[in-house]
Amino acid sequence: MTALERLQNNRNALGMLFMLPAAVMLLLFLTYPLGLGTWLGFTDAKVGRPGVWVGLENYEFLWNDAVTRLALFNTLFYTVVASVIKFVLGLWLALLLNRNIRFKTFFRAVILLPYIVPTALSAIAFWWIYDAQFSIISWVLMKMGWIDKYIDFLGDPWNARLSVIAANIWRGVPFVAITLLAGLQTISPSYYEASAIDGATPWQQFRHVTLPLLTPIIAVVMTFSVLFTFTDFQLIYVITRGGPLNATHLMATLSFQRAISGGALGEGAAISIAMVPFLLAAILFSFFGLQRRAWQQGGKDT
Amino acid sequence: MSAVPAPAASDSTGMAFLETRTRRLITVYLPLAIFLFVLLFPFYWMAITSVKPDQELLSREGNPFWVQSPTLAHFHHLLFETTFPQWAWNTVLISVVATVGSLACAVMAAYAIERLRFRGAKHVGLAIFLAYLVPPSILFIPLADVVYKLGLFDTRWALILTYPTFLIPFATWLLMGYFRTIPYELEECAVIDGATRWQILTKIVLPLAVPGLISAGIFAFTLSWNEFIYALTFVSSSEVKTLPVGVVTELVQGDVYQWGPLMAGALFGSLPVAFVYSFFVEYYVSGMTGSVKE
Repeated sequence: MTALERLQNNRNALGMLFMLPAAVMLLLFLTYPLGLGTWLGFTDAKVGRPGVWVGLENYEFLWNDAVTRLALFNTLFYTVVASVIKFVLGLWLALLLNRNIRFKTFFRAVILLPYIVPTALSAIAFWWIYDAQFSIISWVLMKMGWIDKYIDFLGDPWNARLSVIAANIWRGVPFVAITLLAGLQTISPSYYEASAIDGATPWQQFRHVTLPLLTPIIAVVMTFSVLFTFTDFQLIYVITRGGPLNATHLMATLSFQRAISGGALGEGAAISIAMVPFLLAAILFSFFGLQRRAWQQGGKDT
Repeated sequence: MSAVPAPAASDSTGMAFLETRTRRLITVYLPLAIFLFVLLFPFYWMAITSVKPDQELLSREGNPFWVQSPTLAHFHHLLFETTFPQWAWNTVLISVVATVGSLACAVMAAYAIERLRFRGAKHVGLAIFLAYLVPPSILFIPLADVVYKLGLFDTRWALILTYPTFLIPFATWLLMGYFRTIPYELEECAVIDGATRWQILTKIVLPLAVPGLISAGIFAFTLSWNEFIYALTFVSSSEVKTLPVGVVTELVQGDVYQWGPLMAGALFGSLPVAFVYSFFVEYYVSGMTGSVKE
């Protein structure tokens, strides 16, 4: 038996060989940077200067830094509000698309457009839509007589927060809707027929048939949605760059500003590492919390 | 809403025939039309802005939803007076190379995890899924350091080599699902006929997994085309920038926002990916839903 033949018959050796390209790429560009990032968070590294260990100094500084606190608040607010609305609208859209409607395939294809075009580019369109002097929204509201001067969408802190949330929802609803639609299509119509014969109202059908059967996929979809919303960068960077008065700075944009624009690598890394506990909490919550509920209600454990 | 009394069981797809037309129009088609309008309006606004001459853009008179004297001046400016064509070319190059490379890695990894089932394959599969959940906005700072130390800063290679960090986990996860659906018997037959593992992968498994490969490929391509934070951080020269970064960083000059060229750039940057998508909608959707399934 030659060495090659022996390799052929050895699962482990062959498995390692097949895993090699992916493993090298991921270890070098994902695992190592993740570790490096954690380490950088404990140093005072600057661009072009390796840092020295400073312990928890970065985190202590950030804890007392008003801008970081504001960014944390903004991120939580942004994530919670956007995710809840994305879920409600996405579920509604999915239920609509799941009905017997004409041109279903066409609708489904077109609805995904906001999700597939580059976010940075659609964000530019929103920037223009939110323009203080030429906003089309203000123009329409003026013509309808609902407002008497143009809305300062991006100049006022709360307006800006809600504006970027609206843009995020616009981009995220298609993803939630289409993935939930895929889940809805796996629910057998016979459940609805049976419950209808038992006299269930549409609301009862939704509450006691659709929702429990959909819970596992909702858990996964919302985990992804929360994850992407919490770590969002593009929309904010393009539309407001964190302004006005840091009112829309998220953790991701703040860490970019501190680390790349400001050169304080250690501090920036500390901000991004500070996101990890929140992400883990979100993953654990939606995964275990929602899946246990699914299991208690007789749903399948995925 | 309650103008027409509807039967109680109207929500079931199986019994939709019980529903009256008016009620259906109000509860289904009207909300759908509103969704469609809101979701598509920004694209319309992009398109109409990109053909409006400047004086129409900066006037509050007239109807802003339409254009009086359409012009191609913004497109001309974009294509001949900026580095836009170069950005587009960079994006195509980077997306294609990163996608093909990642798919190759992912096919081998997914096959090893699902079918070779080496010791610890289950754990590796889980690790791949976890890697998929690591967001780029946590990785970009240390990754910038790695890219710099490898001497790749401000080159296309910086992006070609870093995009696989999110492409490989996603594609591997998706392909693992596809490989799982291919019956073992086919492989066993091939083994009996004396095929090597490599022959089984290329001659039996891959042809059967073509739909999965297309799904993963299309999805990976759009992900790379849309990538922003790495491209913004690892590249600084105009000739190396990708399209989204180029449009955002170079077309905005000072306080004078050039809305015309900006919208033209946004439109031209969105069209190729929308075009590719339109041919592969089904594959894209199955890639997207497959990627969040377990």
